[in-house]
Amino acid sequence: MTAAQKTVDAALAREFGLSDEEYGRVLTIMGRTPSLTELGVFSVMWSEHCSYKSSRKWLRTLPTTAPWVIHGPGENAGVVDIGEGLAAIFKMESHNHPSFIEPYQGAATGVGGILRDVFTMGARPVANLNALRFGSPENPRTRQIVDGVVRGIGGYGNCVGVPTVGGEVNFHPAYDGNPLVNAMTVGVARQDRIFLSAAAGVGNPVVYVGSKTGRDGIHGATMSSAEFDENALAKRPTVQVGDPFVEKLLIEACLELMATDAIVAIQDMGAAGLTSSSVEMAGKGGVGIDLDLDAVPQREPGMTAYEMMLSESQERMLMVIKPERTELARAVFEKWELDFAVVGHLTDTGRIVVRHRGAVEADIPLDPLADQAPIYDRPVAPLAAPEELGPIHDPIGLEQSLLRLIGCPDLASRAWIWNQYDSAVGGQTVRRPGGADAAVVKIEGSEIGLALTTDCTPRYCRANPRSGGAQAVAEAWRNITATGAKPLAVTDNLNFGNPEKPEIMAQFVAAIEGMGEACRVLDFPVVSGNVSLYNETRNPDGSTQAILPTPAIGALGVLTDVRKTVGLALPASGVLVLVGETGGHLGQSLWLREVLGRETGDAPGVDLAREKRNGDFVRERIAAGQVAACHDLSDGGLLIAVAEMAMAGGVGCVLQSAESGIRPEAFWFGEDQARYLVAIEGDADALIARAKAQSVSARVIATIGGDGLTLPNGATISIARLRSANEAFFPGLMEA
Amino acid sequence: MKTGIVVFPGTNRERDMAIALHGVTGRKPEMLWHRDTALPDLDLIVLPGGFSYGDYLRCGAMAAHSPIMREVKAFAERGGHILGVCNGFQILTEAGLLPGALLRNGGMRFLSQDCYLRVETSETPFTRHWKKGDVFRAPLAHGDGNYACDAETLAELEGEGRVAFRYASAGGVVDASDRASNLNGSVNAIAGVISANNRICGMMPHPEDLVDPLMGGVDGKPLFDGLVEALVR
Repeated sequence: MTAAQKTVDAALAREFGLSDEEYGRVLTIMGRTPSLTELGVFSVMWSEHCSYKSSRKWLRTLPTTAPWVIHGPGENAGVVDIGEGLAAIFKMESHNHPSFIEPYQGAATGVGGILRDVFTMGARPVANLNALRFGSPENPRTRQIVDGVVRGIGGYGNCVGVPTVGGEVNFHPAYDGNPLVNAMTVGVARQDRIFLSAAAGVGNPVVYVGSKTGRDGIHGATMSSAEFDENALAKRPTVQVGDPFVEKLLIEACLELMATDAIVAIQDMGAAGLTSSSVEMAGKGGVGIDLDLDAVPQREPGMTAYEMMLSESQERMLMVIKPERTELARAVFEKWELDFAVVGHLTDTGRIVVRHRGAVEADIPLDPLADQAPIYDRPVAPLAAPEELGPIHDPIGLEQSLLRLIGCPDLASRAWIWNQYDSAVGGQTVRRPGGADAAVVKIEGSEIGLALTTDCTPRYCRANPRSGGAQAVAEAWRNITATGAKPLAVTDNLNFGNPEKPEIMAQFVAAIEGMGEACRVLDFPVVSGNVSLYNETRNPDGSTQAILPTPAIGALGVLTDVRKTVGLALPASGVLVLVGETGGHLGQSLWLREVLGRETGDAPGVDLAREKRNGDFVRERIAAGQVAACHDLSDGGLLIAVAEMAMAGGVGCVLQSAESGIRPEAFWFGEDQARYLVAIEGDADALIARAKAQSVSARVIATIGGDGLTLPNGATISIARLRSANEAFFPGLMEA
Repeated sequence: MKTGIVVFPGTNRERDMAIALHGVTGRKPEMLWHRDTALPDLDLIVLPGGFSYGDYLRCGAMAAHSPIMREVKAFAERGGHILGVCNGFQILTEAGLLPGALLRNGGMRFLSQDCYLRVETSETPFTRHWKKGDVFRAPLAHGDGNYACDAETLAELEGEGRVAFRYASAGGVVDASDRASNLNGSVNAIAGVISANNRICGMMPHPEDLVDPLMGGVDGKPLFDGLVEALVR
């Protein structure tokens, strides 16, 4: 039976993801049984993906303002002032479910979708980043997913000519059936040329541009709002297919038209395609919209209104333009060989009316569709206490621990991935992946640099969601700081399991509390974001496996003089100074996992006042030109950070003994927060004295030089040996 | 020196190239649209990198038949100087302005990393600012950069000294069988070639992305400096 022949009732509504209560609400709003197309519109607009019905209550608690925030959440992407009349526009978004079903297209269209969110606001995209979580390397499907996702991100980003400059990757069995693909785009626009989505001007034409509409991706938003079962791979038809060449044309055509005064409002067609773009534009503008589906460019004959309204075909945009500019706009899109069609007009009815082949297929009042969308205050269970750390002993010693950690899946060189992404296109990439804690991109025609990073430590979030949420924000802030940039704002991508389970909701709520607190103290507001729930896989026996709570943070900072930025490569000589306090926290550390085989203990505590004090100190010293290289301490702790700086610079160092009263493995591999390593070629004593005056702990930890790391016990590990341990994992996994 | 950069739908390194050319010539290059049927007065035409026409069918194949290429070919016949980088090199081979073809990379993956190039001749306008045997670094970013040609063409290129650049180790050692230096598996590790009249150069790596110390070095700048010296009127 085809969809067109289906009877609309509560059973079909359930199939479309609406609960009986939600369907009852639809009946009340409509005052009659909805048509199939109308039911489709309600079901996608009220899906978790589009309505944020489980998360909205908590998202509202996040700080979203600062003097430099131009537009916070609510627009297609966040907008911040970066000086000289310019704005950075950025957002991160997930494409998790599609990437499991069809890794290449899932990841590729994830990149395409987030690019559109940014250039729809008038920005030229200048950088892409991503945050990826894969299942266990031992799981045979992991390799296939890694391969497809990396090819997909590269295939799309390389072709559109936006450099992929950074990202992060973790492996954990909790992602076996549900990998995470979070993609971030950053663009730059003039502050007086920012485009919004609120439609205005009754009678103004509604214009469709880009690719034709096909039958792909129908109900993708609904699919993303349910957990996977054993039939997940049968959902392949809900995954869209991307065409980065068309996206490139769409970027150029939109930016060309945006240089004129033709556009009143513009919105990309993302999840729920024509439905959500038209509903959101009209709803935000407080107007009505009439759509004539016969005018929609179609890829195949015989498409129904239901199919066209729910299609998630890629590379499409909806615009409201000034009527007298219609021909000018048409000429721009024809120049770029893209479809251009007037598909409707704005009305004063406050309704969306959809016509197709002479019939009214949908006629829905917009206000109740938005205002009466369900919002849930889901039950929250008490948080489970973190597992006891348990006894600590070091069975293998510092040298072997270092080699094992530096080669483990979460710390091994990511070059195999980066080398498939064009990170230099545009000619403005100052720090490519691996060159600094955050990627640094210069703004063409100015001396401004943007520092960009993505961060989250999911194992911390599982042990202690509140600390983990705060830590994700703090680490992003540190990574920006370590380049010398001033951290400005974040975008978040909240990946969690099934919110209908109180223990998952507890993770979500606590993580947001932690994030919110960190954002407030660090003056680092959330300006855009995305929530991805139901990241669970149902096993054949009925049990479920949820992912680790993964509130990925994408962050942006600004350098007014990009030439002052520093990377992480050790210089040829000087000393390494450790900034921040070392307590030897081994709970949830990578050392514990890789050496003792346990994921136990509490996440490291995040002292936000200390984060701010230490970070502000480091940033000031970089600005003063006293720092030759800087690296924050995170996964793997102090010795891993030293090794990473040494490998990047091809220069070794002689480490001083711990002398701290802390066990050596805890001192060297503990994951205490708020710490940095700074390489000083000049007067380290003066720097340390200044730190002391600012109540910042700082001490010389190593003398730079030589071609290996000399440990306090006298053993030396050559850089070549470190590199070979560091570089083996990915080729071993992927090329074997 | 008056320069023009051809922009096809899907070209994406025209801005990088414009920055590099502007930097050495002091004047902005003309952007030439793929449908243009006439050329302004130019000393150098550059076909930049990207994915012209989506690289559908075959990299560069559709661009080679676009209206502007008729003008570019006429420019070549008049003895004009042309540089093709990456997709531009692919287009030049598809258009028959340079011999050979660029196949999928040997490893069947897109490659984006720095490579080292050994200069094989300093007797061209593109390489005159280097000495034969000089080694420089350049970013490469392509899926189809594996240079191939028949034995006769190869003998001709080698015999006439028309190999401009070869992939090498950082120390300048060329070993075509070494995938660590000859990243894409090109025959004889060829990274760039020159036309018989010495006026058309095609290369896969991107010298235009390494002309500013801030971006990691100025290894690519001698190519542009040399062109200015050779072509300025």
